[in-house]
Amino acid sequence: MCAMRPEHEPSAGIPERTAASAGKTERESKRAAASGLTSDEGARREDAARRRAAASAGKTVLTPEEIRRALSRIAHEILERTHGGEGVVLLGIPTRGVDLARRLAVRIGEFEGTPVPHGSLDVTMHRDDLRLRPARALQRTEVPPDGVDGKTVVLVDDVLFSGRTIRAALDALNDLGRPRAVQLAVLVDRGHRELPIRADYVGKNLPTAYREVVRVLLTETDGEDSVLLGERDR
Amino acid sequence: MSSGGGVSGEASVPEEWLVKGVSLSGGPATDLHIKDGVIAGAGQDLAAPGARVLDADGLLALPGLVDLHTHLREPGREDAETVETGTRAAALGGYTAVHAMANTEPVADTAGVVEQVWRLGQQAGYCDVRPVGAVTVGLGGRQLAELGAMADSAAAVRIFSDDGNCVADPLLMRRALEYVKAFDGVIAQHAQEPRLTEGAQLSEGEVASRLGLPGWPAAAEEAIIARDCLLAAHVGSRLHVCHVSTAGSVEIIRWAKSKGWQVTAEVTPHHLLLTDDLAVGYDPVFKVNPPLRTQADIDALRQGLADGTIDCVATDHAPHPVEAKETEWAVAANGMTGLETALRVVQLAMVDTGLLDWAGVANRMSVRPAEIGRLQGHGTPLEPGALANLILYDPKAPKEAVDPAAHASKSRNSPFAGMALPGRVYATFLRGAATVFDGKVTR
Amino acid sequence: MKRHLISAGDLSREETVLILDTAAELASVAGRPIRKLPTLRGMTVVNLFYEDSTRTRTSFEAAAKRLSADVINFSARGSSVAKGESLKDTALTLEAMGADAVVIRHGASGAAHRLAGWVTGSVVNAGDGTHEHPTQALLDAFTIRQRLGADKRGTGLDGLRVTIVGDVLHSRVARSNVLLLSTLGAEVTLVAPPTLMPYAVHTWPCKAGYDLDTELRKTDVVMMLRVQQERMSAAYFPSVREYRRRYGLDAGRMALLPSHAIVMHPGPMNRGVEIAAEVADSPRSTIVAQVANGVTVRMAVLYLMLGGAGEAA
Repeated sequence: MCAMRPEHEPSAGIPERTAASAGKTERESKRAAASGLTSDEGARREDAARRRAAASAGKTVLTPEEIRRALSRIAHEILERTHGGEGVVLLGIPTRGVDLARRLAVRIGEFEGTPVPHGSLDVTMHRDDLRLRPARALQRTEVPPDGVDGKTVVLVDDVLFSGRTIRAALDALNDLGRPRAVQLAVLVDRGHRELPIRADYVGKNLPTAYREVVRVLLTETDGEDSVLLGERDR
Repeated sequence: MSSGGGVSGEASVPEEWLVKGVSLSGGPATDLHIKDGVIAGAGQDLAAPGARVLDADGLLALPGLVDLHTHLREPGREDAETVETGTRAAALGGYTAVHAMANTEPVADTAGVVEQVWRLGQQAGYCDVRPVGAVTVGLGGRQLAELGAMADSAAAVRIFSDDGNCVADPLLMRRALEYVKAFDGVIAQHAQEPRLTEGAQLSEGEVASRLGLPGWPAAAEEAIIARDCLLAAHVGSRLHVCHVSTAGSVEIIRWAKSKGWQVTAEVTPHHLLLTDDLAVGYDPVFKVNPPLRTQADIDALRQGLADGTIDCVATDHAPHPVEAKETEWAVAANGMTGLETALRVVQLAMVDTGLLDWAGVANRMSVRPAEIGRLQGHGTPLEPGALANLILYDPKAPKEAVDPAAHASKSRNSPFAGMALPGRVYATFLRGAATVFDGKVTR
Repeated sequence: MKRHLISAGDLSREETVLILDTAAELASVAGRPIRKLPTLRGMTVVNLFYEDSTRTRTSFEAAAKRLSADVINFSARGSSVAKGESLKDTALTLEAMGADAVVIRHGASGAAHRLAGWVTGSVVNAGDGTHEHPTQALLDAFTIRQRLGADKRGTGLDGLRVTIVGDVLHSRVARSNVLLLSTLGAEVTLVAPPTLMPYAVHTWPCKAGYDLDTELRKTDVVMMLRVQQERMSAAYFPSVREYRRRYGLDAGRMALLPSHAIVMHPGPMNRGVEIAAEVADSPRSTIVAQVANGVTVRMAVLYLMLGGAGEAA
């Protein structure tokens, strides 16, 4: 007589979620599963593919061999200036600075026989251009167990340009502790500084026009080692 | 007994009109001659030398609409509406008579208050105002109000309702149903079992669940309707059910009618069109009692109105000042304005969907309400001799978005704001005098 | 990230994972000599709390301050709010004060929604009536991922089984968690007496059942909700004793859990009603961690909403 109310069976357990809503989460997990990747890996692969495509428009200014030699030289220079790497901590600035820092740490370890602590220092929260772009995902900050207090911290990055990234890194480092000294190692110095910042160790000095783009590719992230100089992306 | 109308105040310089080529409730084009407050003639190629001629090609003539359920707010809540502004809105919506609900301040539970409201309606002159008397003193649900005195007053009350509140006490409801038989009155019940709806905010269902709003179960309405139908049958009374909102209620009323019981019912325009999905933004313009429900309920209500299970459309025009609606949902007032949009919404929901023709609209919005309210002179066929209470309506007017700021009502709480509705009331005649012409009030 | 955080259902899986990953990164800030980041320097965050809640309010306050934002607290008692100032007028006042973000807790469902229509800043819903409490769900998800998940960047909670027990009908925590956890791929089951189960729960992205013991045996997480004693007078259940017997998590029930399973509670607890003291204090319990995680998760939310221009990548 009265209109039926929607399905409320008073039996054991309540009916499962509807097909529609079940479909939504199923679709999303299927998508994740099908790609077989976590969002991290997937993003890196996409990034690498994009870089390779764009890279075809640039000329090589450092070959893999030259990169290898430059890193070996920098490793030796660090050892020289820090009296054998005592109290040295390498902190790479994400993304590629981290891989470079690891490579330098490995080389130094090979030369001296003692491993050098290394890690990463994310500078996102200290950037001076935060309000100009949407909020960025944070990268990892991983400080070796002995910390930075009293240490000689060598910041490692791939390209030194305006110097603002390093300024942010100095601020970020300041919040972690009080190093005895801070030095900077970069693979490429392309000029056009906007702040009084200079590198202690340079792989290659590369004069560039402001509008040109320097692209560093590393095996760990891009599948190959290369430094390219090209025009700005349209 | 009395029509409750009488001679309207300043407005009624009787006018003489010759309306040419109008369709009478959807029928073939006809001429109408209006003179001295009545329809003087209806036919082809009428002559009326002294009359103002109105070319009504493409227009419909319908008997003036009668609303069984309006809140005019005066006395007491003049910040929301007055009898003058409310009846002006009614005329613009095509109404020639409205029944003003009793939940004013003070409550209309005595002959004094109902006569005051009736007189205010006369003075305003936009349409006939028939006050509804409260069933219980102060709407308190405990003691019967002086129903007989209100019936005998100049306001000639025939419909009694505690609307806003439910007459929940079954014994009291029985007594009220019995008592009004003496003067052919009818109790109009606002069906809402109070214990099942304490703190309720939105129809109990998927949307309310998701929004975290306490649910308003359909059973709270249906249980009272079922009880009252049985009581009315038992004591041999009429019963009128206000603002039916659920599919289950329609079924119960259909069943009661099938037994020959004297049960009548009304539905609001908004319950014919709007679902509870609209509450998703928590905008209290969509908060109303009874609440908006699901599409299945809407379909059942439309079908019920089409097949006559639901006798009529009643607006439940409920104006509220801005501060009562510009709040969080839980503290906002219940109600929506509706007089100026009712006919257009009914066209959209019932005529344009093929469920009801214009003769049916005339029946549901004029003839049946007048019968239920025992109102003379309204809802009568458009033929010579009848009082000229009628409207001219343009069903093909280009669809226009509803703009509450342009409404004659003092209040702006229309749920149809921004919605494109068809149709336009072109003119409203109250006993032969145009209260509205070319979509605007005449004074 | 969108301009407002009002419902957990507003967040896609990507956005949710981004918040969790950001929070994971920010968690290390608490261990540093300088427990502060300059990111929101010069921004104003207003805590607009109409309901008393020291725990949530101080959590948001700590989060905003650790990002160097200025914090202004509006609490209901003794303010213009208590004197009957409408929500809209309060909103206009906050606008005039230049609030970049308003964190609102209010007793009416939909209050955060309404506020969002009246301010130009960002609105964070810290609990509106019985509707939602999205940052609670985020910190719960973060805690689960930390204790049971891969705890790697970019991962969700796929395949984890979460059982939420208690007064689901009136729980904004439950609503937000059902949405958020299922977005992250978890399988959510609600357990409550029929009177406290929402009317249309069969349309929600979760399962529902009346028997606690059955569900405990096969769950990875059990989340206990607070039950208010006032519900007894509205006949939701006959007595506290009966509720505790049928739906309370005591030591005996805790023993039914798989060995790795954890026990959660959004707080504040009714020790001895929905949760026994020994369960609350056991190693399975994440209740204390949830509080700490609340600050880092809220830092992540504030950073992603305010730390850049427009919507986050």
